[in-house]
This record gives sequence, C-alpha cells and structure tokens, in this order.
Amino acid sequence: MSKLVGSIKEAIRLAGLRDGMTVSFHHHLRNGDYVLNAVMEQIASLGIKDLTVNASSLFDTHMPLIGHIKNGVVTKLLTNYVSAGIGRAISEGVMEKPVSFRTHGRRPADIALGNTPIDVAFIAAPTADKEGNCTGKEGRSACGSLGYAYADAEYAEKVVVITDNLADTPPASPSIEGKHVDYVVAVDAIGDPRGIVSGTTRITRDPVGLVMAASAAKVIKASGLLKDGFAFQTGAGGASLAAAKFLKEIMLKEGIRGSFGLGGITSYMVEMLRAGCFEELLDVQCFDLDAVASIKEDPRHKEISATRYASPLAKDAAVGGLDVVILGATEIDTSFNVNVHTDSNGYIMGGSGGHSDTANGAKLSMIIAPTFRARLPIVTDRVTCISTPGRDIDVLVTQSGIAVNPMRSELRERLVDAGLPVMDIEELKARTERITGVPKKIRRGERVVAEVIGRDGELLDVIYNVPER
Amino acid sequence: MIRSLLFFPGNNPNMLINASALLSDALIFDLEDAVSPAEKDAARILVRNTLRYMDHGSAETVVRINSVDTAYWRSDVQAIIPERPSMLLLPKVGSASDVRELECEMARVEAECGMEVGSVGIIALIETALGVENAFQIATSSPRVRALFLGAEDLTADLRCKRTKEGREIEYSRQRLVVAARAAGIDVYDTPFTDVNDDEGIIKDAMLARALGFSGKAAISPRHVGAINDAFSPDEAEIEYAFEVIEAIERAKAEGKGAIALRGKMIDAPIVARAERTIEMARALGLGRRKA
Repeated sequence: MSKLVGSIKEAIRLAGLRDGMTVSFHHHLRNGDYVLNAVMEQIASLGIKDLTVNASSLFDTHMPLIGHIKNGVVTKLLTNYVSAGIGRAISEGVMEKPVSFRTHGRRPADIALGNTPIDVAFIAAPTADKEGNCTGKEGRSACGSLGYAYADAEYAEKVVVITDNLADTPPASPSIEGKHVDYVVAVDAIGDPRGIVSGTTRITRDPVGLVMAASAAKVIKASGLLKDGFAFQTGAGGASLAAAKFLKEIMLKEGIRGSFGLGGITSYMVEMLRAGCFEELLDVQCFDLDAVASIKEDPRHKEISATRYASPLAKDAAVGGLDVVILGATEIDTSFNVNVHTDSNGYIMGGSGGHSDTANGAKLSMIIAPTFRARLPIVTDRVTCISTPGRDIDVLVTQSGIAVNPMRSELRERLVDAGLPVMDIEELKARTERITGVPKKIRRGERVVAEVIGRDGELLDVIYNVPER
Repeated sequence: MIRSLLFFPGNNPNMLINASALLSDALIFDLEDAVSPAEKDAARILVRNTLRYMDHGSAETVVRINSVDTAYWRSDVQAIIPERPSMLLLPKVGSASDVRELECEMARVEAECGMEVGSVGIIALIETALGVENAFQIATSSPRVRALFLGAEDLTADLRCKRTKEGREIEYSRQRLVVAARAAGIDVYDTPFTDVNDDEGIIKDAMLARALGFSGKAAISPRHVGAINDAFSPDEAEIEYAFEVIEAIERAKAEGKGAIALRGKMIDAPIVARAERTIEMARALGLGRRKA
C-alpha cells in the first residue's frame, strides 16, 4: 500500500488524530518553516481541539499558533526554545496550562521514556522518497542535519513526512528511515530558504564584544584543556563566534589538533574543520548555508541525532565529551545560575536549547556576557529564571573581569597564574552597580506560565506571567 | 608605561562607560576634534564626570583639551584639572610658549583646588610644520611635558601633501620627533593608523613606529589596541636574550673580565642598557622569562 497521500489534511485524517492528542514538529527550518503552520491550519479546519504541541523550538514565523491557542485547538505546549513574539504571548498568559520547557537533550529522553508520548509526528523533509526515507542535505529547502526529528520519527505512534522534493529513489544515506514513516505528503514548499538560515550571526565588530572574546580564548588556553583531542562547542552569538576565531588562531599557531566540534554548526566551525582544528564536526543542526553545504559534501562533517547530541539516556552523548563550551546569558547570579529564558522585563524570549546540556556535559562551561546591557547589570543576586543551574557553570567572562565558580578553585588558580583579571562574582557585581545602580526588581504576576525542566528531568524553575502595566 | 593611547569622543557616553575594558594603556578623552562647537559644554561635563566616577584601573587618563588659540581651552582646564587626570594632551603646539601658557593656567587651577602644583603632566601634540621644527624646544619647555605626540593628519595638511598609508611623507617628522623627545629624555607617541578595517596595516605601521624609536602609538579604533600593545611589548625571544645578556655580564664581572661575547657578539654598554630596559618592561607587563 502506498504511503503517498494527496494532502496534509488527508494524512491527518489517516493518522487518526483526535481531540486531546499530541502532535510534534522539529525546527530545522527555523524561521523559514511553513510546515507547522500548514499542519495546524488543517488540524483547526478539521475541528480537532485540545491538542498538545511538542515542538523542538518555535520561531516568530509560527505566530499563527497563538491563534490556535486562543481558539482551543492547542491547549498545551512542550518546547525547548521560543523566540520573542511567541514568548511575549506566553508571558501575557495566553495559555491556561504552563508551557513546559525542556533542553535539547531532555526532549528525546522524555519521548523515549514515554513521559511525553507523541501521537502524530509531522516531519518537514527537504528531500524524501515515497517510503519516507528523508534527508535534509538535498533539495531546494535543504537545511542540513535533521537531528532533532529522529526521536519523533522513532517513537511517535504515527509519522507523517512532508516534503517539497519527492525523490524517485531513496537518499544515499537517509537521516530518517522509511521504516518509521506512515505517510508521505508532497507539497509545493516546506519553507523559505532565507528564513532557514536565520541562525546566521556575524562575528561581532563591537569592541567590547571583541575584548570579551579575546579574554575567553585566553581562559581556554590557560585552563589546560586546549591540547590535541580538544572538543569544543560555541554558541552562535557574535562574541562567542569571535572567541572561536581567536581560539582558531591559537590552535593553528600552536599546532593543536582537536577531536570534534559540536552543536548547532555555523560557517565558523566549518572553517575550523577545514583549517585542521578538528577531526570532525558533529552536527545536530545547521545554522547557515555554509554548514548545509559542508554536511552534504564533507564526510568529516557528520549528522547526529538530538539523543546522540545530549540525551541523558545516551551512553555516548556527545556533550559528555566536550572540553569547552562557550555560552551566553541574559542574566547570571552570584551562585552562577544562568537565565536564557526571559528578558529584562520578564518576558520569555528564548529557552535552554542545548545550553544546560552542554554546560552539564563540558569540562569547562564558560558564559560570555558584558557586565551590563543598555543600563542594566547582568550579574544579579538571583536570576529571574534558572535556565541552567550554577553548579554546571564554571566561569563568567566579561569585559571588566573574569569570575570563577568557587567550586572550581583549581581553575581559578590557573587563570590567576596566567595573569588574567580574576575576581569574585560579588566584586564584579559591585563594580557594575557602582556604574548602573541597582535596578528595582521587575513586578511579576502570580500565575505560572511556564516550567523549566533541566537535563536530568528536575524542575529547575517556573516563570510567572508579566502583568499588564 | 604607555604603549597604546586610545581616543574616546568626549560626548559619547556609551564608549566612555567601557573605556577601561578596551585594554589600552592610556585613555584619551577628547574635547577637541571629535566634539562639535555646540557639544563642547556637554562633553566637558561628561568627561569630568567620567574621571570623577569611573574606575579606570591601571590605565593612564589623558584629556585632549582644545588648543590655546580657541575660546574653550581655559574652561577645559578649569573643569578637568580638579579630577586629577594623568595628563592633558595639548593639540596644535607650535612653540614652547603654547606649553607655557597652558602650564600657567594648570598651575593656577591646581593651586586653587589644593593640588600639588605640577602633578598633572602634559603631552604636546605636534601637528604643524612649525611644531615639528620646534620639537626640541617644546619637549624641554616645561618639566610637565612627559611626551611628544605626532599628529599626522593635520600635519600633512599643513605640509600640503597627501597622507598615505605607507607614510613616506611623515618620515622626516617621525624621526625628528623621536630625536627631539629622546634628547629631552621624554617619551614619544606615534600618530594613529586611520584605516579601521586594515588589520594587517595596523600591525605593519605599529612595528614601523617601534622600529623608529617611538614609545607607543595612538589609536582611534579599539580594534587597533591589541596590535599596538603587541608591537610595543618585548617578545619571548627578546626577553630571553635580555636575561642572557645580564647573566653574561654578571659572569664576566665575577670572572674579572672586562668584555664578554654572547652568541658571537661583543656585549657593550648600550646592549646592556637595552637589555635592562627590556627586562624592566617585561616585568611591568607581567611577562616572565620562558621556562626552560
């Protein structure tokens, strides 16, 4: 019997989707994704209500979802990251049930454990054959890795593949195999390629950002971890990328050959691979077109699943092999807890993604952040939301100094010996507050609008609504 | 010790607030060319408050005031001196009398607010043909003058030649200033490199300035500070050689020898003096001898 069906609506019907069930989506097409909106529109038109949406991440292109929430089509959200538009609606209390935030590693673990079962997974595939063998490496909507969709394909009751490039023959090495797939739908377009590369960030030109980045590279060098076999991940923020550039210069100068670069992969990591800084790249997600081209052509650039990336259940989780990860923060407190969920007004504008996973796994987890943004200090007594617990953060690099987690006294000594400007985090906070003053605490509402679940499944924190002002 | 001097427009709070993070040995808060006439008051207040409230760590603070032929300079001195900057940078210095005029005013304000007279230094910015010709007189015009500073943009306009990246047109002026400053026993700083996007160019230009004998170099972009600091810091090989020179000399003394060779070259007094300066500089920068 053919898996090919004529429309998304037909696939939804055949998959037996009913009120109260759970549907899932991956976010490899990022802000260019058409599939989530197209599917939800058809679900709504069929009159199905009270659904749970489990989406690995949500972007502002998915704003129509807020309409489906208001209409009762969707009543529960599970996700790892939301961008600011979706986040604002959540913070304003659009949902009755709190949104459940996980990490990129916790999501596949909870799917595998049956904690968050999926009834129907909808998988956007840049190329698929009629059996549903998929790859993200080919097709006009190519997005490279499909790492976040593996668990959905493997564990969902029904799997629907949606593609805009139906191939006659299976891809040479499919990311997701047809054995998991129930239905295949061909559509005109699964996404806008310009939005697919929305993860692209340029190396910062901001002088303060460059100072922090240079300092970060010195910390890595002084840590003693930078030697042959070095494994590294960096965020896609401007200062993190600049740190990677400085690190690359050190590695090339000293002839250090690392083992692997991990993560969401950018062109800068591809450059490091090509320059000989790493043996391989392990890629759960491509952030730009250079990365997409590289994963297609370079056998050293390998696609991995979210499970292999970071699941706490995986015995080979790549984050566990990391030497260093460079991460960002909207706030960090004197216990080194980091917030990447909410902005300075308390609105949700992000999520952990792989932040907590990599911080938990890496030998050295570094936060790069300026001591203040606009006029607001970044170091606080207690973050608005604990996204990543302080026990997993080793060092904070700012433009004004470097603070080491007191639990890492040996690291502190190494940095002091290297002549780096190490100071207590309280001192860093006090120095900043001498310039900025101490801002009044933002007023939060009484309703919990989101819960934040850590890599090991514990409830790390809750996020309250932002009241109208 | 000043290797790098970074300019900050005196009317830009966003830049002033992070000044000390940018790793420049000296911070120059500019009240002159970067500030339009309508903004002079605001900039003066902002720079005064920056000096008063911000912690600049180990960086030297320098304020470029307006030149003595303007209506602004006395107000600049009046506002800035009480905040105890390390030095004032006086632009368009043509002769020793320009410095003396400033010196009198500085002394008056220092006395007025109970400061030790002479505690704030002067850097003389030489950016006219007349200034170049009078460089030694300017350098020796006052004990407050700690350094000469070449400003090539205005100078080349005065010389009626084109300012080029290679800098052939300022070769004479550079060398004249180095000689004048060294003869007077003070420091000398090179003109900024103005192409903020030329990462190779700044390295070359800073290396050239060091080779000519400059003490340091100014920057208009924070991105140039690293290259300047690197160019004016002794590298590992230089530090190692300096230590070897000192060891060789000490060995010679112990053995009662008058002269000694190192790596096939006679060690004489100038080489020893240079080695001592290198070691002193390395210590000041926290650079150690490479571990054997």
